Parts: sequence; structure tokens; C-alpha cells
Amino acid sequence: MIASLANPSLKASGSEGPGPSFVVAVPIFPGSNCEHDTQYALVQVGAETVFVHHSDKALPAETAAIYIPGGFAHGDYLRAGAIARFSPITAAIGRAGADGMPVLGVCNGFQILCEMGLLPGALAPNTQGRFLCRDVHVKVENIATPFSRAMVLNQVLRIPINHRQGRYFADDATLRHLADNGQILFRYCDAAGMVDESDLVHNPNGSIMAIAGVTNENGNVVGMMPHPERAIESRLGSADGRPVLESLVGGSSPGAERE
Amino acid sequence: MGEYAVTVTVSPKAELRDPEGKAIGDALHALGWPAVTTVHVGRTINFGIAADSLAEAQSQVKEMCETLLVNPAIEDYTISVRDAPESALAESAQIGTSS
Repeated sequence: MIASLANPSLKASGSEGPGPSFVVAVPIFPGSNCEHDTQYALVQVGAETVFVHHSDKALPAETAAIYIPGGFAHGDYLRAGAIARFSPITAAIGRAGADGMPVLGVCNGFQILCEMGLLPGALAPNTQGRFLCRDVHVKVENIATPFSRAMVLNQVLRIPINHRQGRYFADDATLRHLADNGQILFRYCDAAGMVDESDLVHNPNGSIMAIAGVTNENGNVVGMMPHPERAIESRLGSADGRPVLESLVGGSSPGAERE
Repeated sequence: MGEYAVTVTVSPKAELRDPEGKAIGDALHALGWPAVTTVHVGRTINFGIAADSLAEAQSQVKEMCETLLVNPAIEDYTISVRDAPESALAESAQIGTSS
């Protein structure tokens, strides 16, 4: 038991048969807590995962994409993501993202990407001033990214959120630029896909323009507050997060599990 | 080389709704201070620093704010740098290194 804790499996593979494997690096910071869910989910869609330590200076050479998991990196001290931004691995993530590698930051990963400046804007404390943990609906508004290409435009996904600091905020000029450039990837909505920023039932944290996820200018770096890796099996509540991972790994989702 | 005491006050931008500030404001109104208008809750970060001059200390602290201490997308800040008696800094250094 102790041995297995001290020596966690660093690699996991879900690829079947021959063919090139798709390796996703999952960086782990002190306080990350979604890395095993992330690994499990990625393996389910056929990817191979490799954990990388926050003090590593480089990503493994075979890395094809990066998935920054949720948690509380460095205790969320100062601000969520503020300290993680200066970890050695973060510099390597920044270089890979700038070079066009697909990078997804979920929840704390989103906060880190914003603090790094790889994504515009920031995540402020929820409008209600408390931690939120429940399913929400989000609408896909751009299907040209590595994380949404297996979806249809305006598809509504039911995915859980789990955060205290998830209220997306950016100034007016940034928001205009995001909208004009198709960088608003996900917006909170009701089950029918209606978006209403002032409706705190469906825009759960009070995000400006009800934004739940954004991309960088090139579309290869994505941050989102909802956790797709926690919604990959309908028997566990929802499989709506699956297309996010399938988009990354396969591009399309034949036979994807649906509710 | 002089010794300076620094206080950085970080608060959410005024245009960003501050739920904690609003709750405190509501409580103050309920407790009989209706004249209270805008409540914002932030954090203060205190430290000592050795620098060649007050201006040099201020310039370094500003850089720290822009690099780490503040996220300008959602926060504003003020800096206070004061002459510090050496004894106070020595004491805080001692607290910092004992473990």
C-alpha cells in the first residue's frame, strides 16, 4: 500500500493495438488533486498519459498535448495560480503553448493559464462568495479548437463545476476582442442552451458574459472552469465531458457514449 | 543602505462585484451604521526590505506588485514604504529564519 503510494504509476495507456500513441502530459503541482481522474478519463478515450512534476524543467519529448488538472496548486495562496505560474514546468508549458501544442487547463489549470498570461482575463471569487460544487450546462460556441472539434456548434454539455474562484472577468476591450476572434469557447446556459449573464442559477459564479471557457488567439490553448474529466460515463451522472477529450485525442467521436 | 518597512494593500477592482465587502456593508447597515457606503475587502502584505534609498525600495516593490503580488485584471493596489527602525527589521528577520 505504502509502496504504491510512494511509487504511483507515472504512465498509463489506453491505446489499443499498433499505431502511434497520443501522449498527454499532466503536470502535478503541490495541491493538484484531479490528476488521477484526468488520467483515467484520458485513457478511456485512447490517450496515453504521463505525469510531470512541477519542478521538472522540460516536458517529455513524446508530449503531444498538455492537460493541467484541477486542485489548489500551492494552496491557492495569494491568488489561485499565482505561485504555480513561476514553477519550472510552467515555463515549459508556456513555450509549448506558444508553439501551438494543444494545452487544456481545467479549473485550477484555467486559473494558472490566466495567471501565466497564456489566456486573457482572470478568475475572481464567485459572486456568491462561496464554494460551488454541482452540475452546470455550458454551450459550445467554437468548434474549430482541438478541444471542441468533435462537437456541433451550440451543443449543450452538462458538466460539473467545483470551485470558489471561477468568476471570469476581463475588461471591455478584451471581451470585444475575444468575441470578435471566436475565443469564447464555452458559456454557461440553461438545459435548453439559453444564456443569461444575470441568471445566477445558470451562470453559477457570476462570470462576465457567462463565460465558462476561453481560448488563446490561435485556439490551441483552452481554459475552462467545468471539469470534463468528471463527466465521461453516463452511469456516473454524465458523459458530456467526453467530447472534449475525444476532440483532443481523435478529432471525431464515432460511437461516443451518450446519455 | 537603508531599511524600509513596506505595506502593499491589494483590493478587488471597484467595477468587480465584491461579495465579501457587500456582506460586511450589509451587516454594518443592520448594526446601525447606515452612513457606510462602499466596503471593499482586500489583503495587506507587510515586509521589510533593504535598499539604497526610499525611491529604490518603492521601485522594487512596484515591480514585485506587477510580477507577483497583484493581478491587474481584477485587482488594484497601493504601496506604502516607510523608514523602518533597524531593530524592527532585525526582529522580523529572526522570526523569518527560526523554525
